[in-house]
Amino acid sequence: MKAIIRVPALIGHYVNDRLWRLGFASRFLFMILIQSGTCLIRPRLVLREAYFIGVQSLIIILVSGMFVGLVLGLQMYDTLERFGSGEGVGTVVALALVRELGPVLSALLFASRAGTAVTAEIGLMKTTEQLSAMEMMAIEPVARVIAPRFWAGIISLPLLTSMFNVMGIFGGYLVGVLLLGVDEGIFWSQMQATVDFREDVLNGIIKSVVFAVAVILIAVFEGYNSPPTAEGVSSATTRAVVTSSLAILALDFVLTAFMFRGI
Amino acid sequence: MSVSNLIEVQNVSFAYDQRPVLKNINLVVPRGKVVSIMGGSGCGKTTLLRLIGGQLKPSIGSVMVDGESVGTLSANQLTKLRRKMGMLFQMGALFTDLNVYENIAFQMREHTDLPEPIIHDLVMMKLHAVGLHGAYKLMPSELSGGMARRVALARAIALDPMLIMYDEPFAGLDPISLGVIGKLIRKLNDALGATSIVVTHDVQESLKIVDYVYMVSDGAVVAEGSAEEIRSSTLPFVHQFVWGETDGPVAFHYPSEDYSDLLLGRTL
Repeated sequence: MKAIIRVPALIGHYVNDRLWRLGFASRFLFMILIQSGTCLIRPRLVLREAYFIGVQSLIIILVSGMFVGLVLGLQMYDTLERFGSGEGVGTVVALALVRELGPVLSALLFASRAGTAVTAEIGLMKTTEQLSAMEMMAIEPVARVIAPRFWAGIISLPLLTSMFNVMGIFGGYLVGVLLLGVDEGIFWSQMQATVDFREDVLNGIIKSVVFAVAVILIAVFEGYNSPPTAEGVSSATTRAVVTSSLAILALDFVLTAFMFRGI
Repeated sequence: MSVSNLIEVQNVSFAYDQRPVLKNINLVVPRGKVVSIMGGSGCGKTTLLRLIGGQLKPSIGSVMVDGESVGTLSANQLTKLRRKMGMLFQMGALFTDLNVYENIAFQMREHTDLPEPIIHDLVMMKLHAVGLHGAYKLMPSELSGGMARRVALARAIALDPMLIMYDEPFAGLDPISLGVIGKLIRKLNDALGATSIVVTHDVQESLKIVDYVYMVSDGAVVAEGSAEEIRSSTLPFVHQFVWGETDGPVAFHYPSEDYSDLLLGRTL
């Protein structure tokens, strides 16, 4: 009997807790937007964070993009060749990358590389009282620490996604044209004729902007609200990467349904 | 509020959720004085500092700083008031991504339009005051505990505040650093014409430098007076605290069931 009561109570408590966190995160987003004036007045703050968040994530994005393109080229050519249309490999690789794999994989890599770093950094700043010190210096930590990282993340991820796509297409070219002998002219011309800038490329960029907002908001929120202990920072970092990954996949489904299925 | 007092804490109570930390506390800090708030760990000393700094709001009562009730100020008014305050945190709280120079220049750059050569001179003067002008290039990770505390002190006085708050400035320091920090607190307070509050449980070191002492226990002021009055106090708690006796009003043993019952496992 006790179990019958305890299970719904636990579920209720869990759902209630998640809803509270969602509410706090929304309020936190509102605070960031209100405090973003500093970023406009002093864009160097954003640029500095964009270097740490974006430029330092470049290597992992480029290398991953290349490998994804190489594998995609091999798999797609093998499948398409069964239907006698191996020349279409460039188109399929490009569409898969710009519509889906580029935004999603870049965002997942970004969440694990930059998102965790941001959460841990802000969490440690809180643990070592650096945020309190800033507050006591009459400097608003949300304006000085959180907002620049937030905007740097939003600027960086779409750019990183574009780099990922370019490297992926280049990987597809290496496999398709140089390794498997697809005609170079057909590879590029089919891609040019099929991939639509607004329908495919722009929608992919919109996706990456939405993912960027989700990932960087989760990262700064978890860091700012982490308990000021070693264990607290560690759990916040884990929670940031898990929540970001799930958010990316869920948002991708919703966005894809709206963008490419005409719902 | 008397103009001679910079701070007046009036009938303040404060609780974290349901746990009361401060219970109807009253104290005043006269201008130009170094006042110490002493008490054991967890008695509410740091909470009191946070109430004075406006990081917390009292549940009941008021905290007046320079004639303003901190708990009722708007965000902008609080920001203005905080520009007149400096705070030294327990572990320094230096910004770990900035070197010593940048740490001290941080506030000057945020709050003033001073040209870089003047900021340079001011930073060097503050560092000279704490004896560390030779360490301006070092990163916080390259500093010893005592040096980090001195840099944090230089940062706290960067904009010549009217009020300097010290949260456990002596914690974890070797005897030489302890003496240095103690002397600096007194010297800087007098040189800047500031008012200082030192929250500490280091009795002997703080009694050497302070003008007045409040002893806090269990969220209430249990004794107050000059350093000499505190030293010679016969109140059991004060005596135990000042002379570091292991047992007394503050019991050595945490409250529990009967020890023999625990050993024999009767309560498990």
